[in-house]
Amino acid sequence: MAAHRCGLSLVFILIFSSLACHSSCDSLENANEDTEEKQSVSDTPREVNSDGSIAAEDLNERRGRSTDAELDRRDGTRTSEALTPAAAARDEFQEELVIRPLHSGDIYASFQFRTLWDTDFLQEGQKVSHYRLFPKSLGQVLSKFSVRELHISFTQGFWRTMQWGQPFIPSPPGAELWVWFHDTVSDVDGNWKELTNVLSGIFCASLNFIDLTNTVQPSASFKPLGLGNATDHRFLRYATLPREIVCTENLTPWKKLLPCGSKAGLAVLLKSEKLFHSSFHSQAVHIRPVCQDEQCTSKAWELRQTLNVVFDLYTAGQGKKEWSLFKMFSRTLTEACPLATSSKVYVDITDNPEGELFELSPATPLLSQAVVLGDRRTYSVFDLTRAETFGQLRSLNLLLRWKGDGGEMLRPLLHAERYVAGFGLQTGEIHTVIYNNHPYRAFPVLLMDSVPWYLQLYIHTLTVTSKSRDNKPSYIHYQPAKDRHRPHLLEMLIQLPPHSMTEVTVQFERALLKWTEYTPDPNHGFYVGSSVVSALVPSMVAMNTNFTQDQPLFSSFVPVKEESSYFVRVYTEPLLVNLPTPDFSMPYNVICLTCTVVAVGYGSFYNLLTRTFQVDEPSLPLAKRLANLIRRIRGVPLLT
Amino acid sequence: MGLLSDPNRRKALTGLLTRLNTPICIVCYLAGIVWFMGLAFEPFTLRTYMSENAMGSTMVEERFSSGERALSLAKEFDAHKRQARGMPVEWLVKAMQSRGLEVFTQSFSRKLPFPDENKERYMVRGTNVYGILRAPRAPRTEALVITAPCSPGNTNNQAVALLLALAQYFRNQIYWAKDIIFLVNEHDLIGTQAWLEGYHHTNITGMEYSPLQGRAGSIQAALSLELSSDVITSLDLVLEGLNGQLPNLDLANLFYAFCQKLGVLCTIQGKLQRNDWDTAEGYTHAAQTMMLMVLKQACGRSWGDHGLFLRYHIEAASVRGINSFRHYKTDATTIGRLLEGMVRKLNNLLERLHQSYFFYLLPSLSRFVSIGYYMPAFGLLAVILLLRVSFPGLCHCFSVSLQPSSPGVLTVLTPVVISHLTGVALYLLPVHLQEMAVEHFPVSETEAVVLTAIAIYTAGLALPHNTQRLLSGEGTEQGWKVLKLTALLYLAVLLGCTALINFSLGFILAVTLVPITASITPHMPKALYAVVMVLLSPAFTILYCVFIYQELIEAPVSVSEGWMLFLSVISQGILDHALYGSLVYPLLALFIYPCWLMFWNILFWN
Repeated sequence: MAAHRCGLSLVFILIFSSLACHSSCDSLENANEDTEEKQSVSDTPREVNSDGSIAAEDLNERRGRSTDAELDRRDGTRTSEALTPAAAARDEFQEELVIRPLHSGDIYASFQFRTLWDTDFLQEGQKVSHYRLFPKSLGQVLSKFSVRELHISFTQGFWRTMQWGQPFIPSPPGAELWVWFHDTVSDVDGNWKELTNVLSGIFCASLNFIDLTNTVQPSASFKPLGLGNATDHRFLRYATLPREIVCTENLTPWKKLLPCGSKAGLAVLLKSEKLFHSSFHSQAVHIRPVCQDEQCTSKAWELRQTLNVVFDLYTAGQGKKEWSLFKMFSRTLTEACPLATSSKVYVDITDNPEGELFELSPATPLLSQAVVLGDRRTYSVFDLTRAETFGQLRSLNLLLRWKGDGGEMLRPLLHAERYVAGFGLQTGEIHTVIYNNHPYRAFPVLLMDSVPWYLQLYIHTLTVTSKSRDNKPSYIHYQPAKDRHRPHLLEMLIQLPPHSMTEVTVQFERALLKWTEYTPDPNHGFYVGSSVVSALVPSMVAMNTNFTQDQPLFSSFVPVKEESSYFVRVYTEPLLVNLPTPDFSMPYNVICLTCTVVAVGYGSFYNLLTRTFQVDEPSLPLAKRLANLIRRIRGVPLLT
Repeated sequence: MGLLSDPNRRKALTGLLTRLNTPICIVCYLAGIVWFMGLAFEPFTLRTYMSENAMGSTMVEERFSSGERALSLAKEFDAHKRQARGMPVEWLVKAMQSRGLEVFTQSFSRKLPFPDENKERYMVRGTNVYGILRAPRAPRTEALVITAPCSPGNTNNQAVALLLALAQYFRNQIYWAKDIIFLVNEHDLIGTQAWLEGYHHTNITGMEYSPLQGRAGSIQAALSLELSSDVITSLDLVLEGLNGQLPNLDLANLFYAFCQKLGVLCTIQGKLQRNDWDTAEGYTHAAQTMMLMVLKQACGRSWGDHGLFLRYHIEAASVRGINSFRHYKTDATTIGRLLEGMVRKLNNLLERLHQSYFFYLLPSLSRFVSIGYYMPAFGLLAVILLLRVSFPGLCHCFSVSLQPSSPGVLTVLTPVVISHLTGVALYLLPVHLQEMAVEHFPVSETEAVVLTAIAIYTAGLALPHNTQRLLSGEGTEQGWKVLKLTALLYLAVLLGCTALINFSLGFILAVTLVPITASITPHMPKALYAVVMVLLSPAFTILYCVFIYQELIEAPVSVSEGWMLFLSVISQGILDHALYGSLVYPLLALFIYPCWLMFWNILFWN
């Protein structure tokens, strides 16, 4: 068996030395990579072939390692401090597409592109000018604004949890941006403002509308996902633009960040005419520092570009439960990105162990198991770096044909929704409803609400009720709004009883804006961003807490700390609230004019009614006045 | 103003006003009536036009083609309705689910304050079924509603079926920017009320309902569909909503534009438009249409399912299919296309409908009278009340009544308080005393309520005019003048406020109340004037309106039938107030009637 493996790996060295040049010319490496390699070997019996042998792409991984290790041994006594800019040659790029047939007959496609950049430009005195796979535009932004972690997402549509289950990476409708700055930054607000403007240019989006009136500093909801456990939320900024409309002009710059652009690899599928003919579209960029290896001796910057799209059964699928890559994207796959170390397509076949629910062609012998969102899922894997994948036609067109029909609503363990209650333009009430559908486990959730200042929250009316009983939050962080300066921020830690519905209500009053503060379409209403529910949901199966390189990307985004639960973030729908709006049209002018006229008329009428009129007496001539003066002294009656 | 600050000219002006007070008042009254009647004359009205840019120039091509399928669905629905003896909830849920909607149900129950004899219901229990078409790539912030009531018998089956066919067609389209809610409600208005209260999480009428599970943000517009036959001859648009509220005129314009485009006959108040405005018949026709609208608006009830949406600032209208004996017929496909076009244009809206008028009268679908044109008619009537305040005798006592030591204050206060207490009794007692009344008299609950109301109304005539004598002996000359002054100002304020909210109600009340209240004094022949006053009292106004309405809809009634209708109108008014929060009954009982009683008091002053 071992000999067989050796042979295989040799074949792969030959194939890949031409493609993945970085691993073959990678001569500078850490000494302790060696030990790590052994561990990862023992850690990886995860991808199991149907006949039980270790999957070929696993070997592929190990092949790279073993060459590295050999080179290291030859190199001898190198230490980690020798990590000079030249070591940036350790950059790595992976691409991945997960296809999940959804319960409702729709289909969910999730792309992830991961670029690792082996540099630490936050160290003092380091100036990075050499970029290989990492996009220079982002790298410069990171170093200029001392960004520690950056997460930005653009979403068009709302993720329907009740029909689609949980997404791999959740995002709220519109644009969301949250950034952790390095703790050496003195003027965080200044950096934030500049950063949003720069990102606005990079992504062709209206991020420049992010200012202090819609920026908050959540105290608990958004923790860094990468290295370092910064907890001082003074260095965190969070903002959403629920109104942002995402379209082709945002997709193009996003695609340009990829090393292969949209020329090769999975990115050829990203054609906007199909991507925007869907029920849900979300694209995101996540940058964070990660460990290069398990011991965390060296850091690397990770850039994850994700794109999630859900195609609708009726509008895109013509009502037929039959999906293919061509039908979804109007393209098929012909090659992997030559710069990628791994390029895979996963198809979720968990619900379909015997093929009774749907049929997948071409069939693949490769299976992979991963624990995702508290559930052990099985995937068929198509490795694009292998020529067999493409078959005779030299193109891969996955075909999924449904046999049964679903369509029932799901009951996800955690689910939240929100709406405005009441009518009229004076007051209202925001209701946030959080469902815990776990049959017997209670768990806490963090609810974060950021409400613009023009909805004046009456925080004394805040009530939290579960099962018609008062539920006292164990932690409340409330920052009141300042008119025209900052929004309300409300964070609460709420314990959700098992199998319950928890309702959070708070009343508000609608402010009357100054007439220049109205948007050009004031009668459309004003948006309130989604509230964010973050929770550690009890898992049905043991979560995998080990950090391994060869986990599929989609299952390794949020670090898992404990086995019994997994992290979920749920965004509610944004709200559209009407404020009292003057009629900015001709009748409005007429009203203004009439009011003026009435005011003038009223003034003079009031004057007339209250004034007493007297006939003016003519003044006496000078001689008579003098005579009167004398008469007054004498005490004689005066002349008139 | 220079004219008025000069004492001599001022004296001349007031002299003129006092000398010619009565002629001026008469001229004002006649001018008000003539102005109002002139509103229906076509050259004086404006042509309707689409104000909303987003709905104006955008082209929509209608492609709905499954009208036939809708009709077969109607038969299926009918069969299931018969089987379930009410709303076939499960069938509807399945039908909506199979069309790719998110389906939810809401159950509700309501005990009416007394049995509704028109619709034969007392304990109402029902279910609303609604399906939400989620717009692709929209964040659930905006929605449109299409509703069809599930009525008993075999009415309205076609509406529900067309709703389902539209849902199926709409589901396959990609262009939706707003979620679309398809609502099938049971027990017509009560179901709609329950659904709206559930959607907005309010409870204003004491309805019991289960909370809604699915929502779709703020509702921008709603259409209610009523169809009871496979083919129709014309479509009628109903706009009058609760408390006389009207939807934005653009909604009517939209309907009219699509009727024109698709060649569908459209009516308003059931009346077709005529082109011969310069003939007497043409004018009469327009005037009748407008009078019908005024009468419907004045009664303050919701004339279709749409009427309840207006409270929530949702522009809504009902489209009603009418099948008469004309040979020009329209099939279900065309109606479907008409609705498709309307919904697609509403889907294009960027803002809520707000560009066009909210206050208008329609003499025909293509002509409208805006608030600026009709308000002077009311203003001319209301100014009479103010002119009478400046009547010499009254003017003088104005200064007297301001003195705190004046004996008049108490004599005035007593009738005011007693009139209002009578009003409160009229508002509260009928519903609360029904059990007692049923025990002692051989009448049903509904009759008991109506007859109690009439009894209290009549008793009010006898009661208060003796009271001030008990307190202050003989009524003084000054006393009644102070009372009249107060009553005139009170009436002017009341009518003014009413007309601002519901012009029709304010105008009708002004037409009947102003002449008698302006001229009343204690020195008139009591018997004659008492009869005149009673004939012009609010209750008789309602009676006249019933007869005029029947005349206008070309279904004249005899006196006894009219009386029965009058009784049912009163019970409906009380029910509308209890069920949907209509304000006409409390307005009449708590304010207008006591105010009228104050004038009654003046007639019997000494």
